[in-house]
Amino acid sequence: MGNIVLEKVHKCFGDVEVIPSVDLDIKDGEFVVFVGPSGCGKSTLLRLIAGLEDLTGGKIIIDGVDVSDSTPAKRELAMVFQSYALYPHMTVRKNIAFPLKMAGMPQDEIDKKVMAAAESLNLTDYLERTPGLLSGGQRQRVAIGRAIVRSPSAFLFDEPLSNLDAALRVNMRIEITDLHKELKTTMIYVTHDQVEAMTMADRIVVLQAGDVEQFGTPLDLYNKPVNRFVAGFIGSPKMNFVKGKDADEFDAHEIGFRPEHMSVSTTKGRWKGVVSVAEHLGADTFLHVKTDEVGTLVTRSDGEINVNYGDTVYVSPNTDKIYRFGADGLAL
Amino acid sequence: MARKVTLQRKLGFTALAWFLGCIMFFPIFWMILTSFKTEIDAIASPPLVFFQATWENYQLVLNQSDYLKYFGNSVVIAGGSTILALLVAIPSAWSMAFSPTRHTKDVLMWMLSTKMMPPVGVLVPIYLMLKYLGLLDTRTGLVIIMMLINLPIIIWMLYTYFKEIPSEILEASRMDGAVLWKEIVYVLLPMALPGIASTLLLNLILAWNEAFWTLNLTAANAAPLTAFIASYSSPEGLFWSKLSAASTMAIAPIMVLGWFSQKQLVTGLTFGAVK
Ligand SMILES: Nc1ncnc2c1ncn2[C@@H]1O[C@H](COP(=O)(O)OP(=O)(O)OP(=O)(O)O)[C@@H](O)[C@H]1O
Ligand SMILES: [Mg+2]
Repeated sequence: MGNIVLEKVHKCFGDVEVIPSVDLDIKDGEFVVFVGPSGCGKSTLLRLIAGLEDLTGGKIIIDGVDVSDSTPAKRELAMVFQSYALYPHMTVRKNIAFPLKMAGMPQDEIDKKVMAAAESLNLTDYLERTPGLLSGGQRQRVAIGRAIVRSPSAFLFDEPLSNLDAALRVNMRIEITDLHKELKTTMIYVTHDQVEAMTMADRIVVLQAGDVEQFGTPLDLYNKPVNRFVAGFIGSPKMNFVKGKDADEFDAHEIGFRPEHMSVSTTKGRWKGVVSVAEHLGADTFLHVKTDEVGTLVTRSDGEINVNYGDTVYVSPNTDKIYRFGADGLAL
Repeated sequence: MARKVTLQRKLGFTALAWFLGCIMFFPIFWMILTSFKTEIDAIASPPLVFFQATWENYQLVLNQSDYLKYFGNSVVIAGGSTILALLVAIPSAWSMAFSPTRHTKDVLMWMLSTKMMPPVGVLVPIYLMLKYLGLLDTRTGLVIIMMLINLPIIIWMLYTYFKEIPSEILEASRMDGAVLWKEIVYVLLPMALPGIASTLLLNLILAWNEAFWTLNLTAANAAPLTAFIASYSSPEGLFWSKLSAASTMAIAPIMVLGWFSQKQLVTGLTFGAVK
């Protein structure tokens, strides 16, 4: 079981309020991702759930039990740190066995579980090495191994892939997703990588300055952002925003449209501009178009488009896919 | 050309280091030399470098005074105070390094500041306190005093070593279900072992050589080797070669310890300077 409920969770460091008040209900078996800009309190929120930081106010309830004042050990959660935080003086075998040893499990059972975990993570050849002699990806696997042996009620990940190179990151992302499908255990995953968030999550929590801006499925956030912040944060390249008479036309303070919902033409269109950056990625082409009326707009078209730096183009938004926002930033 | 210059400089520095080393070692060398001279040779002027060596002083010193008793006291006082101090200092340094508060730096500074006061300033109160507690001239009393004297340095050293350990590793052990003492025993101590070992060695050496308190707070029963040496520069007059023999015997154990642990001491003392 791994149902985690946060009620009015509040955290200050000294006089600095980092988390004003957060309410969340994470269901058993869910894969929840916390995203948000740097310094918004993702790690702090995760560490509060883990029990590594004390609450200033509010409650944390795991499977119906109020654990607000419990030690991390009592909460039976496992955590994977960004720096892996392996024990440098222990072999891989001892690292993975450590939580079981702390739980007082008999040695023969420990051996069995460690072997099983090592096999599922392809670590059997490295069991007698110390972490210093492993590659980044292997260390990451050991950290995951140490987390899974104990069958915790939930896993907490704090940017676990950010120290890996791009190719390895994709592999590990898939491995973690597979792991979740196999174990069906609740996972809370902190990242500021959009792609990780969108591809891995059942539901995403978007945080800004310690506040939950929106909690929903990836497609919810993409299709129905509740405010301008979420609209701008989810999606890559970012949504374009336009104010003024163009927005008035749609009866809004500000309108937004995604780069993939725009058309580019060399002959006619809504706004005229000059291509200031052309990113040809092969399958896609991103154009940064500098217009006189509404500033720089980013468009996304397919790879075949024959437009280059310095060309004059006309861009128009797809009027069916326009997001409207009020003066308070909320979606209309 | 450039290579040659650096080689010359290297040689120069090596020579300088040897020269300074010799100057520092000379008094000890001379003391050991004197301990093998007769009293007459010892005060000869100009000093004798070549002479008829004799074991007589050592025999005399061993017969005359109870070397083993002093030695035993030194072991108990230096060893006991060091172990007691580590038991107090490890948890304190742990809490200051890993859960600092606004006042941690002040506490550390305050502890260090106690070392800036001349010990003689608190001699009378401490003497009286020990007297009322009935701990004057007891090994227990000295173990406690020596522990307190060296505690600030030990806490400072351990604090610096512990600071080098990423707190995430300790947090990981907490997540893995380790209670406080297991976190300290299985994770913190093994990782800080080089630092703890050099703290222990340094403190043993400091406590072994400490003379002010040991001389002032002991008489017959609890006197360690420092008192043993001092007894040879007593009213009976100065006997240079016997004093030297006594001193050599007093410092020999700690020199041997220092020699065998020099690698540990150096790595410990420079730990953190180069990562
Ligand atoms: N121990 C602490 N003492 C004081 N302030 C802290 C402490 N830990 C975090 N903060 C502050 O709390 C805020 C949130 O930090 P947090 O680490 O949760 O951000 P984050 O969202 O994880 O950022 P990042 O993506 O950079 O990891 C930051 O402004 C940070 O400076
Ligand atoms: Mg963080």
